[in-house]
Amino acid sequence: MAKILIIAEHDGGVLSPNTAKTVACAADIDGAEIDVVVLSDSVAAVAADASKLDSVSRVLTLENDANKHALAAILAPQIASLADGYSHVLGSSTTSGKDLMPRVAALLGVCQISDIMSVEGSHAFKRPIYAGNAIVSVEAPEDQPVVATVRIASYRAVGSENAAPIEAAEIAVELPTHTRFVELRSGASDRPDLQTAAKVVSGGRALGSSENFDLIYNLADKLGAAVGASRAAVDAGYVSNDMQVGQTGKIIAPDLYVAVGISGAIQHITGIKDAGTIVAINKDQDAAIFEVADIGLVGDLFKILPELSDAL
Amino acid sequence: MEKILVGLKRVVDYNVRVRVKADGSGVETDGVKMSINPFDEIALEEALRIREKGDASEVIVVSIGTSDAQQQLRTGLAMGADRAILITTEDAPDALTCARVFLELTKRENPGLVMLGKQAIDNDNSQTAQMLAALWDRPQATFASEVLLDGDTARVTREVDAGLEVIEVDLPAVISVDLRLNEPRYVKLPDIMKAKKKPLDEIPLADLGIEASHTVRQISFEAPAERQKGIMVDDVAGLMTALRDRGLV
Repeated sequence: MAKILIIAEHDGGVLSPNTAKTVACAADIDGAEIDVVVLSDSVAAVAADASKLDSVSRVLTLENDANKHALAAILAPQIASLADGYSHVLGSSTTSGKDLMPRVAALLGVCQISDIMSVEGSHAFKRPIYAGNAIVSVEAPEDQPVVATVRIASYRAVGSENAAPIEAAEIAVELPTHTRFVELRSGASDRPDLQTAAKVVSGGRALGSSENFDLIYNLADKLGAAVGASRAAVDAGYVSNDMQVGQTGKIIAPDLYVAVGISGAIQHITGIKDAGTIVAINKDQDAAIFEVADIGLVGDLFKILPELSDAL
Repeated sequence: MEKILVGLKRVVDYNVRVRVKADGSGVETDGVKMSINPFDEIALEEALRIREKGDASEVIVVSIGTSDAQQQLRTGLAMGADRAILITTEDAPDALTCARVFLELTKRENPGLVMLGKQAIDNDNSQTAQMLAALWDRPQATFASEVLLDGDTARVTREVDAGLEVIEVDLPAVISVDLRLNEPRYVKLPDIMKAKKKPLDEIPLADLGIEASHTVRQISFEAPAERQKGIMVDDVAGLMTALRDRGLV
């Protein structure tokens, strides 16, 4: 039997949809008994969200003022202490999960598995390497806990019809003071969240300026889509870093992905491989993006985008 | 601070399109161009800039692997590192082993900062920096896009999913760097000549006396599922029709 602990991801008030996807991965492990732990300075709302997730047996809470911001150095010793008795400890493969889980693994003295994309057995998994150009099957030792992150683009969220019990967990660990939160600068917008949106429109370097990115925003708003960007567009300063899609940005799996003025570097393709339908609009008919596109349109984006927005 | 340790991993160059071997035993690396992991190069550039500002006196580049990694360390020395350490091993060490190696080196060298790339572009793990920070019981500032030193602390801006997070850490600390931290300098020919004279110590992994991890074994490799080649449309009307056919608009 597998006893699994999942670290809830949240913004202080709302549980991230990524956690429901991590639960879906855990539920693929035979005989999974799944607990979700919420670490926060105020756990109630997030714990209530987590208790609704299907397949979850129990929600544990660790309420502490020190947990106000998800600092890995503060959270990891608490999770390592709570991990006793669990066969698996899982987090999402997001920047917060990637920051946290290796620190947890090292405290437990075990290796960590990054980006699980499928479960092949209780200790056997598949994960992408080389920017997704190869898939490797890995086996973790059976005599140690498995600590891993879950590639959320590979999973669909579990339902939320459950009412799992919520319990305050008790641990006694001393927390470090060497790491302090200063601020979060967030490009908050009313558009759908890039990581979980059903539709995404992304722009590349060919947009030429941040002003021209309005063409992308207009199209996205017509489609009800989130907005992303290629690394080149972020590097050029057209948009902020949290919009980057690709190997070192966000890995996403929307139903519809529209790539505008994006050439299609391997590193970008890695981030969109699991999209349902990929639409590419590019003036260069030899652009690599057309190799992976389901629907391709060669032409001038400055002409096509206004036309397309009007047609919608 | 006196010293900064920088990790340089030898990896398949980022421009190479990696292919899985026909027998699934690994990926094709014969005759393939090898380079410093691009994120590690950014880590080194940042360490050099810190030293050039007078906030550190020595930059030491470290690699773990076969003697082939001398090549990447020499490049690091040519960029401006002061000396190099190669921990030699024939096996590809896992991230926990790498973290234990760096932990041992922190005991020997007593650095104020250890700077690593946020991930290596071969295994895409993103683990070593975080693991080292845990074992060392020191702060970690991962995915850094700006590093400001102020006496015994560093203020680091981190690229996170929600935007940019700023944290303050006490030194010594481990920093893993992201793409937009800086643009690494180009190596000039005279620097390559000079680098040949800089010290490069080789230490067998076995001599460090570190605990072997129960590693996660890589069993087999396969190529990813290919996407089917799609259709081309001539104009916006054609695109709209194709989107409607799929129920997407």
